[in-house]
Parts: sequence; structure tokens; C-alpha cells
Amino acid sequence: MQVIEREELDRLIGLLAGDGYEVIGPTLRDDAIQYGPVRGIEDLPAGWTDEQDGGHYRLRRRDDRALFGYVVGPQSWKQYLFPPSQTIFRARRDADGLHMEPAPVQAPKRAFLGMRACELHALAIQDQVFTEGPYVDEPYERRRGSIFRVAVNCGQAGGTCFCVSMETGPRADRGFDLALTEILEGGRHYFTLEVGSDAGQAVADRLSASQAGEDEHRASMAATEAAAAQMGRQLDTQDLPALLMGNLEHPRWDEVADRCLSCANCTMVCPTCFCSSVHDSADLAGSEAVRERVWDSCFNQAFSYIAGGSIRSTPVSRYRQWMTHKLATWHEQFGTSGCVGCGRCITWCPVGIDITEEAAAIRATDQRRKRRDG
Amino acid sequence: MSGIAAKPKLAVWKFASCDGCQLSLLDCEDELLAVAGAVQIASFPEASSASVEGPYDLSLVEGSVTTPHDARRIREIRRQSRRLVTIGACATAGGIQALRNFADVDAFVSTVYASPEYIDTLATSTPIAEHVPVDFELRGCPISKSQLIEVITAFVHGRRPDVPTYSVCEECKRAGNLCVMVAHGTPCLGPVTHAGCGALCPAYNRGCYGCFGPKETPNAPALSERLAGLGMSDPELVRLYRTFNAHAEAFREASEAREHGDSPTEKKSP
Ligand code: SF4
Ligand code: SF4
Ligand code: SF4
Ligand code: SF4
Repeated sequence: MQVIEREELDRLIGLLAGDGYEVIGPTLRDDAIQYGPVRGIEDLPAGWTDEQDGGHYRLRRRDDRALFGYVVGPQSWKQYLFPPSQTIFRARRDADGLHMEPAPVQAPKRAFLGMRACELHALAIQDQVFTEGPYVDEPYERRRGSIFRVAVNCGQAGGTCFCVSMETGPRADRGFDLALTEILEGGRHYFTLEVGSDAGQAVADRLSASQAGEDEHRASMAATEAAAAQMGRQLDTQDLPALLMGNLEHPRWDEVADRCLSCANCTMVCPTCFCSSVHDSADLAGSEAVRERVWDSCFNQAFSYIAGGSIRSTPVSRYRQWMTHKLATWHEQFGTSGCVGCGRCITWCPVGIDITEEAAAIRATDQRRKRRDG
Repeated sequence: MSGIAAKPKLAVWKFASCDGCQLSLLDCEDELLAVAGAVQIASFPEASSASVEGPYDLSLVEGSVTTPHDARRIREIRRQSRRLVTIGACATAGGIQALRNFADVDAFVSTVYASPEYIDTLATSTPIAEHVPVDFELRGCPISKSQLIEVITAFVHGRRPDVPTYSVCEECKRAGNLCVMVAHGTPCLGPVTHAGCGALCPAYNRGCYGCFGPKETPNAPALSERLAGLGMSDPELVRLYRTFNAHAEAFREASEAREHGDSPTEKKSP
């Protein structure tokens, strides 16, 4: 573990930019801390934090000048690697026939500054979905291959965070190039620095860093321990897939569906949700066509449309699909949970539906037990 | 459309409306020539005084039915049209003029007009689909130009239009907007409103006004409950749902639930 002073972070941003990376990090926009281009530490949200709860987000002042004193942004890094819409190909018909032209893949070099531990885990999950199965999503793979990951460990947890339950945080243990931990102590403002890859080492070698002393090491560990003790939510994952799949007719699904707007915000903000649909359009003359791929969601009726209609025509079946996919069937499909505990689906649900509360309610009134006992 | 000698005949009809949706077609500057190339514009009073006799392959109908004469006229147009598509909030939901459906029209007429006996109007403003079968309803106040082109293109190519029926929230998230409801506490109809505008208002930090009417499986009661929790009074909620799509079923029921004081109990959302 090494140590860099606050000003050295500015140099890190400059070094990455010099290496050709567009640095993306936390910035203040529309009264929220959102990911966007960062040119130096003056663009970072010094002294700001986010207050998060079910259906609730507010930007708040901190009583210090921390640069990373917030939790996670409204939209995840997925927006850069799996963009909301992408053109797949264009086709043209003329006298010589049909000409197909695959759309060029934009894979800019980008450095993500401020990735949280849960977000690194979400990235690993999307990597698996898009690149580790029998079919590789090449545009994703290319974009993914050009990023540099600067993790920043959480020194505080948010009101909707539950990474401790999901074993995905708050300290980044792998999956980064560099990992920082921000420490404000007395008058001093510094970061501990850990290297996670060769690419990270090559950048770290050019920083003016010192070996972390015992106190600095302890302060770094204490920061993430404090965050771990502060989780706004928790989720009991013990036998969770079996619990949910054994309760598919639980009355709680109807209750949550009474409140659910099937607006799909939860799936859009979730850093692991990967669904998209493909749309073709042609011009009036029928000579030019475009195929586009856009984010889709299991909350949409058309998502489960087959000949004859939508299989999940009711909101109850759609909410159940979302939650059982995240917490249960994902295990069968990919061997992990589909949830990393980032809390976005809770915060950004307009009516504050809470996946941890729904799971707990089903656990408290497990119908399997009732069937067995009764 | 190979194999078909004559170009399909398109007619545009106006009922009670502001003309804004028809003008959206004229506003499709880039595509207008292509439209004219693909279809024969047989009747379009807003664009040209020339008109061709029916029958028509595709009729675009703007506006709502507010007079006995119009109620007869739409039946005649339906008879003359192979496909009939309604365009805009007036034609698909009765429009802003459907506010009369919640009031006493005779009282308005006698207050506003010097000689009320000359006024021949219905007590309601109703969507075209309440009068005749409609092949496709294109929503919006006004409609989106690109969706209109999509509907015409789909018709010309003999396929269904690809017009999503999900929420405005999805367009909002894809556009990278910040949710004004969650982050600012601004009331927003986006979660119950049909996509189509590209989340225009949230992009400017305003709540959605519901111009495109209810989305598929809308849950307005749950949204009302949340908005009440954010501090909206019942009269404010009534006004929120009563704009361009006041008569659309989900919005109408949501406003009526709050008007008659029989709003669900004080069950506060979290
Ligand atoms: S759970 Fe919340 S965010 Fe998700 S679809 Fe339902 S209302 Fe929308
Ligand atoms: S399900 Fe919710 S808490 Fe879990 S990763 Fe997705 S957005 Fe985050
Ligand atoms: S929860 Fe729904 S949107 Fe998300 S990955 Fe699963 S099926 Fe797709
Ligand atoms: S601002 Fe409105 S439309 Fe956009 S996500 Fe929030 S509730 Fe939905």
C-alpha cells in the first residue's frame, strides 16, 4: 500500500489524460453527483454528498472537503460499456442489390475514476454475461478492453446500500487497475493507493507516492470498516433462491404489484441488467434500413411478447420476473447473484419499492413453511 | 410496394382540434417529399385545397367528436377508408376540450354565447375510437413527427408500426436525464405516461405533463399515492391528470378518485 497526497490525484487525472484516456468521474450536474468527463480535481464534487432512501435522492453539503464523500451516481458505468442505444448495421438497396454495412463500434479509451466495490462486481457480472458465454458481444468486449479502472473505496455507506450482505464491498478486493481510499485527518487530505494490474502499476510508477506507514494503513482500513458498519439496508441471502422460487404464489407479489408502476426505472439503473431489444426501421422508399439495439426491460409488455400476446401481461408477473431473476434464477444462469447491493433500484424507484424489504417480507411469511406445517 | 400500380391514397381529416398534429406532417420537411413520393395525398385541406374523391387507403384523423354533425361525418370517413389511424390527444382521448366531460356544457353555452340556440354541440368531447373502429392510435399532444413517419412507412410497407407503449421513464433513463421526482421531489407523470416525446420535460428539469396519455398497464392510483406523499393535495392531483388526456380512462379514473374525496386512506408511501 502506498500513499499519495490530494494534489497528486490531480496529476493522476492528468497522466491518464496524457495516456489518451477520457477520464470519467463524479461531477455535479442538476443537483446530483453524476458520472461525466473530469479534467482535474476541480471538477470533482468537493464537499458534497448524496442522501439516498427509497424513491429519494438529495444532494447535501458535507462538513469537510472530501472529493469522494458520496456513494454512487444515479446511473451506473453500464451506460458507457452497454450504451442505451447502439446502431448495429445500416442497409441500402439499389439497382445492384442489397448492401449491408455494420455500424462502426466506438470504443474510446476511457478511465473510470471513482468506481465503487459494488460497481466493480457489477462490471464483472456484465463481463460474464456479454463475453464469457458461447456468444461474445463484440462491441461490448471492445469497449470493455479500452477502459482503465480507478476504484475509490467507500468511506461511508448510503441509505440504500447493502454491499455487505451481497459480499461485494465496501472495500474493492479485485477487478481494478488502481484503488484509492480517501482519508481526511486533521489538516491532511490524502489517499492510500493499491495497485491491481500491470496497467495500474505502469501508471502508479509515474506518481509521486510514498510507502504507507502503519498509521496510514490503519486509517485506510478503518475507512472501509466504518462504511461496512453503516449499511442503510441489509438482505439475508441464506437460501434466497430456494426461498423465492418456493414462494411464486406468495400474496406479497400482489401487494408489491399494487404499488409498482412497471415504469422500468429499476432495471435501467441496475448496473447488472443487460436486456435489450432490436428494432428495424426503413425509410419510406424502402431503400435504406437501420437496425438498432436499445435497452429493454422485463417490466415492458412487449418484452415477453410471443405469437398471441404478452406472457407477462400483469405487473405482478413482471415484478416477480425482475426480483427472481436478480436474486434467484441468476444463480442458475451465471453462478452468482444478479444483485451487487448498490441500492440504485431502491433509490430511483419513483415509489420507493425496496427489493430488500420485499425479500424480507417473503422470508417472514414463507409459504413453504406454512404448507409444511399446515 | 412492388406490384401495385397506383400509389396508396392518403387523406387527412380534421375534427375538433388545434391543427397542431396535422401541421406536424407539414413540419416533416425532410421527409415530406418522400411521403409525397410514396403516397398520393388525396385530401389534406391544411396543405392543399385540391382533393380527390374517396375511397382512401389510409385516413389520418385529427381531432375529437364534439358535435352531432361530426359524429355522422366520422362514420362516413370510416366507410371511405381502408385503414383509419387517429393522430394526437384529441383524436385518441378527446383532447383538452374533453374537460367539458366533467362539467355542464349547457351552462357554458348560455354564459358564453349571445344566442345559445344557434349552438349545436354535444355534452362531451370523445375520441374517434368511441365512434368507429380505429386501426391504430398515435398518441401525443402534439404527436411526434418521427412516430408519424413511422406509422405512414409501416402502412406503406404493410407492417405494424413500431411505436413503444412503455413509460416516459424509459426514455428519460436512456437519455441520461436525472429523475426530477426522486432527486428534486418534482411531481412527474412520466411513470404512467406513454413514451413518445423522448422525455422532453424531465430533460429541462420539469415533471412530465402526460401529453402522450396513459402508457400500457398504467398504475395511476399508486403514483397518486406517492404524489400525495410528496405533498400534492387532491385538487392539485385532479388538475395534474386533467389536461390534454383528461378523458383517457386511466387519467379520468385517477382524477375522479381524487375529486370525490374518496381517495385511498392516508396510507403514506415510504
Ligand atoms: S419497482 Fe419501482 S422502479 Fe421498478 S418498475 Fe416498479 S415502480 Fe418502477
Ligand atoms: S438489483 Fe438493485 S441493488 Fe441490486 S445491483 Fe441492481 S440496482 Fe443495485
Ligand atoms: S431483471 Fe429483467 S431487465 Fe434485468 S436482466 Fe433480468 S430480465 Fe433483464
Ligand atoms: S423524471 Fe419523470 S419521467 Fe423521468 S424517470 Fe423520473 S418519474 Fe420518470
